Amino acid sequence: MSDIVIKAEALGKLYTIGHEAQNERYLALRDVLMHNARNLWNKTKDLAKGTPIIQGDTMEEVWALRDASFEIHRGEAVGIIGHNGAGKSTLLKVLSRITEPSAGRVTIKGRVASLLEVGTGFHPELTGRENIYLNGAILGMTRQEIKIKFDEIVAFAETEKYLDTPVKRYSSGMCVRLAFAVAAHLEPEVLLVDEVLAVGDAEFQKKCLGKMEDVSKTGRTVLFVSHNMLAIESLCKKAILLTDGFTTPFDSVGSAIAEYLSNISDISGEVNWDSPEEAPGNHQVRLKAVRIVSDGQVTATPSIKQDIEVQIDYWNLENNGRRLISLHILNAMGLVLFSTANYKTASLTYDPWVNNKYPIGLFRTTCTIPKFLLNTGTHSITLYINGTMATDNIIFKQNVISLDVQDDPDRLEEYSGGWTGAIRPKLAWKTEKLE
Amino acid sequence: MPNSSFSHTQEQVLVIEPGRSEKNYWADLWRYRELFLILAWRDISVRYKQTIIGILWAIIRPLLTMVVFTVIFGRIAKLPSDGSAPYALLVFAAMLPWSLFSNALSESSNSLISNANLIGKVYFPRLIIPAATMVTAFIDFLSSFIILIGMMVYYQFAPSWQILLLPCFIILALLASLGPGLWITAINVKYRDFRYVIPFITQFGLYVSPVGFSSNIIPEQWRLLYSLNPIVGVIDGFRWCILGGNSPLYVPGFMLSLAIITFFLWLGVSRFRKTEKTFADLI
Repeated sequence: MSDIVIKAEALGKLYTIGHEAQNERYLALRDVLMHNARNLWNKTKDLAKGTPIIQGDTMEEVWALRDASFEIHRGEAVGIIGHNGAGKSTLLKVLSRITEPSAGRVTIKGRVASLLEVGTGFHPELTGRENIYLNGAILGMTRQEIKIKFDEIVAFAETEKYLDTPVKRYSSGMCVRLAFAVAAHLEPEVLLVDEVLAVGDAEFQKKCLGKMEDVSKTGRTVLFVSHNMLAIESLCKKAILLTDGFTTPFDSVGSAIAEYLSNISDISGEVNWDSPEEAPGNHQVRLKAVRIVSDGQVTATPSIKQDIEVQIDYWNLENNGRRLISLHILNAMGLVLFSTANYKTASLTYDPWVNNKYPIGLFRTTCTIPKFLLNTGTHSITLYINGTMATDNIIFKQNVISLDVQDDPDRLEEYSGGWTGAIRPKLAWKTEKLE
Repeated sequence: MPNSSFSHTQEQVLVIEPGRSEKNYWADLWRYRELFLILAWRDISVRYKQTIIGILWAIIRPLLTMVVFTVIFGRIAKLPSDGSAPYALLVFAAMLPWSLFSNALSESSNSLISNANLIGKVYFPRLIIPAATMVTAFIDFLSSFIILIGMMVYYQFAPSWQILLLPCFIILALLASLGPGLWITAINVKYRDFRYVIPFITQFGLYVSPVGFSSNIIPEQWRLLYSLNPIVGVIDGFRWCILGGNSPLYVPGFMLSLAIITFFLWLGVSRFRKTEKTFADLI
């Protein structure tokens, strides 16, 4: 039963991206006309030749996937992990034949179904019943198959009452449930799933995970892309790690996740942007640096025994704006442990700048995470800098910096095992002799 | 009976390689026939759900155009009809294939863009999308066909045996629109401004093609050249079927139209297939 179902050999996918020349300043109408005329001429040439035209003045070739080689055996559930833009979705698109590879070759045995999105092709004017048939057909089910599973699908989605209501009257949750129910009843030999569990409420997500587990237990081959390491770990036994388009297959999902987390960002304790033009931000605010400081030292490996300072340096480039800073602290599994902000009512120490109008200049905002709050291990930080209102986002940077919290050697003497739980606070304990 | 449909089928092996042309492309198309039907059904059902007058719309447009053309070309310009056929019937016999052609052309040309979400997320032979729009155009055609029957009853005009060949010409009209439709929809994916070509074709073509007049009034020496417009052959064929002996078929011109239709169909399919695999990257 361990024959190879998917075999990828030196698979590559090249995208050509056009950039508009930015430095070119048009001096006269004549230049503009010349530029447009040249553009038109180039496009006409492309059109005549039948080559795809690219918008922009300069072209950049980007290999979204390079030299990807791996083998997947029958009945395996394989997780695909990697950063945003590492090529996960491109890999699934190539495997599901949505887009053609630029190099290499894949051999797939058996029927393939891909689930890159929940509810592809749902039409708001059609009823729930009609959409089940439509979506099923789009995902590759035959009418007969859908008929057989129809009641099961409806029961799974819990939308019996609204079967003959147009989907546009559904709540978004109902829509997602119905869409996932159809997808969950697909029975191909190879199933490719992109980040689809990121929708729906927690209860439904759990149900979906359970369903996915059943699918992989029935001997089907599942390829599963997710940012949720918990989901990957519980569903998959093996994993493929993608870094900048390169694949590294792992025989155990645990080691793949460990490898993924270890290169989550360069673990130096400080990230710098020297020129404002390249830093995250816009004309209002640009980031300058983010660093982790513990015990007066810049470090990516603070001790659990010390307060951890997160310093954010940024240029304010616009007078009279308000700036609100907020952080999300995520653990290695991608779970948000907590979020914090320097709002007056949300912070322990009042930061007067939060209600002030910022002049132009360089600023540093520091957030102190108390000692004995984070558990040991890798954490990553998501940074938000907002304008006047919390909804007015200027900078949103995921994984802006990461830190690896070190255990307290003294505590290891008492108990050397790991501490279960997302956080590891030190709490007050006492025992009294009552009798 | 779980997995029934899979366990019996021979396990297929799929090889994905750059530039590899599908060996069983047409078989694949056949395998996805259910999706074709369901997409056609979706288009029709959505069309008639959103509008109150739904079917009426398909009737009113050709009917009013027919009235205007009959008045302008028949009464004011006093152009001759074919044989003893009433002028209104002459116009409507051409209005039917013309609106079938122009509806099918405009629907198929915009089909890929309006189904962009499907193309980026699932695989199926892309040809299904423009092909499914043919069905919608055909349903509209059927509803306006009722008017023709009403008119024939009103004018007490009995069709002859040629009417039995009408289905062939309906298919011809659809093929005539499918060819350019495929080509334009493929270009449309890359250059969105190509969609503005369609209203131009459908408006300009209405006057260039023999809809408001009989193609018999074209001077003999220009007749063959005029038949370079593929719709001329389709319209002549429709008139021949509906008006019978009153409107004999001009065979050399018809053959030329047929050749042009075939050429455009080949061009459309081959351009479409050549660019098909890049749709997901461009859309």
